Amino acid sequence: MTALAVDDAVKRARTYPHGVISWVGADGYPVTIAAPHADDPDGEIVLGPLPPRQLPPKGTEVGIIFSHIRPQPGMGYDERRYVDVWGPAQSKGGLLRVRPTRATGWDESETPFFEYAERNVARGRDYMEKAGAKPRLSAFWTVFLATRLPFLTATIIPVALGGAVAANDGHFAWGWWLLCLLSAVAAHLAINVFNDVADADSGSDEANVNPTPFSGGSRVIQYGLVSRRTMAITAVGLYVVAGAVGLLLALTRSTELLWIGAIGLVLGYGYTARPFRFVHRGLGEPVVAIGFGPLMAAGTYLAVTRTFSWETVYASAPVGLLCALILYVNQIPDRPADAATGKRTLIVRWPAARVVRGYAVVCVVAFAIIAAGPLVGITPWWTLLGLGGAWWAVQTYRPLAERYDAPYALIPVMQSNVVTHLATGLLLVIGYLIAALLS
Amino acid sequence: MDKIELPKEVEDLLSVALVAELTVIAEDGRPISYPLIPFWDGSRLLFTSAVLFSRKLEHITKNPKVSVSLSDPVAMQGVPFHRAVIQGDARVLTHEDPHTSWERLLPLWRAKEPVIDMFVKKRFGIPLFFERHTIEIEPKRVLLWRDGDTSQAPEVSTPRVLAVSS
Repeated sequence: MTALAVDDAVKRARTYPHGVISWVGADGYPVTIAAPHADDPDGEIVLGPLPPRQLPPKGTEVGIIFSHIRPQPGMGYDERRYVDVWGPAQSKGGLLRVRPTRATGWDESETPFFEYAERNVARGRDYMEKAGAKPRLSAFWTVFLATRLPFLTATIIPVALGGAVAANDGHFAWGWWLLCLLSAVAAHLAINVFNDVADADSGSDEANVNPTPFSGGSRVIQYGLVSRRTMAITAVGLYVVAGAVGLLLALTRSTELLWIGAIGLVLGYGYTARPFRFVHRGLGEPVVAIGFGPLMAAGTYLAVTRTFSWETVYASAPVGLLCALILYVNQIPDRPADAATGKRTLIVRWPAARVVRGYAVVCVVAFAIIAAGPLVGITPWWTLLGLGGAWWAVQTYRPLAERYDAPYALIPVMQSNVVTHLATGLLLVIGYLIAALLS
Repeated sequence: MDKIELPKEVEDLLSVALVAELTVIAEDGRPISYPLIPFWDGSRLLFTSAVLFSRKLEHITKNPKVSVSLSDPVAMQGVPFHRAVIQGDARVLTHEDPHTSWERLLPLWRAKEPVIDMFVKKRFGIPLFFERHTIEIEPKRVLLWRDGDTSQAPEVSTPRVLAVSS
């Protein structure tokens, strides 16, 4: 429940057909009775008629709750809202009169249930601690949440693209490619986990009361499912795996991979960590565009073929840009919490109209690169298949402005944005594989 | 716990009610009401509360005297409408595991709010909502207003104790 201004609460109370009055009876039990509204003067609530013997003694502190739901057969109910007011009772002629002195309430049309629940997380954790219990989920879901596993598509796509370009050049090797994938996946998971540690330290995830499946972090630390220490150790462990496999590849395939690994490490660690804190400086998007595009794809190509490929850099640039747009759009619901904790992302810095325009511009650039590739002779004609991803980009762009301020209405928009990256990347991979098969 | 029998009209209301107002007493002596789904398992009046909304649990732990109001005709479709209040002693089953113990109420919960199954399947999305304690109420007095007319004095009865179990 949230505190309400008394005047506001009285106005709201009048929209309910009846109230439930309660006070503490002589035997110590709450006495409760429902009654309809009578003629309410300004600032007062008047309920009745009630039998005079059922009314509380004059001056008794009473509470009145006005509650509403709408039954939804087959589902349950919706439109949950209620107003609670308290004040001293006056009664006359079978009517109870109360001039409220305090009020609380909740209306799910104003504060969605998920936000309401988020606002109470600290209370829930405090209660669990006092009860000697610990929140938990199954091991699978804990790992799933803590690592934000579904976002691995952002890594799989550029690694697959690097492999596909290598295949088109006749140099694909499953073993080396799988090692690249392992290193990239470990690095990505490490970044995700470390990002949660950094956001827990800065307070930005805790300040965020509108998390969605795409934004607001994994929240495993905030919910008490995994300790900060365990998350930090996990991140270090994943970085070690990524580094060890990367080192193996560098030593056996090409020492140039050391440069790519070093750049990846700086970008990944520096994304949220001091001294760089790229995302705090509004540089999160370029970092993601480089790291989850050319860096991973060209690194994969290099590890698989032992040569560097500018074609891979070019082909993966749209994938990197669309991946940056995932971050970009996912930060929209986070912006109040990010702003409050000094995480000045582009979304925090820019007005809504510029953010939406920025989305369109980057999409146009990404798909123009795909379209231009075969025309200038860099990429195979079959990569034009990647333009099919533009359909999802349009589905993302269209409602973006309209839903900008509605975190939960943005969920399908964020979803189609993820699909834009995934579909475009897959179509590019398929284009390269068809070209490889036909050549 | 004793098996309790309430007036049939009240049991019928409890069986269909989508919401009831649970009134507890705060430390400062103020009554506070919470709209909640009531569950009647044939002998016991039960509620369940997420730890997220645990203030009521803390109030009950300090003062177990509560009342439950069945007052909203919209929330009690399918049975002849009456209004009722049940006063009683509540206890929070704090010895139970908040992660799983409330799941025994799922059949009753599902009957009133079928969509709960979908949320339970996705409990990973809102894990603290599914860390819950159960509130068990031993009814002491029942007030019934036939046809919901509270301008008349209620019929007052004491719940019948039918059997005693361990």
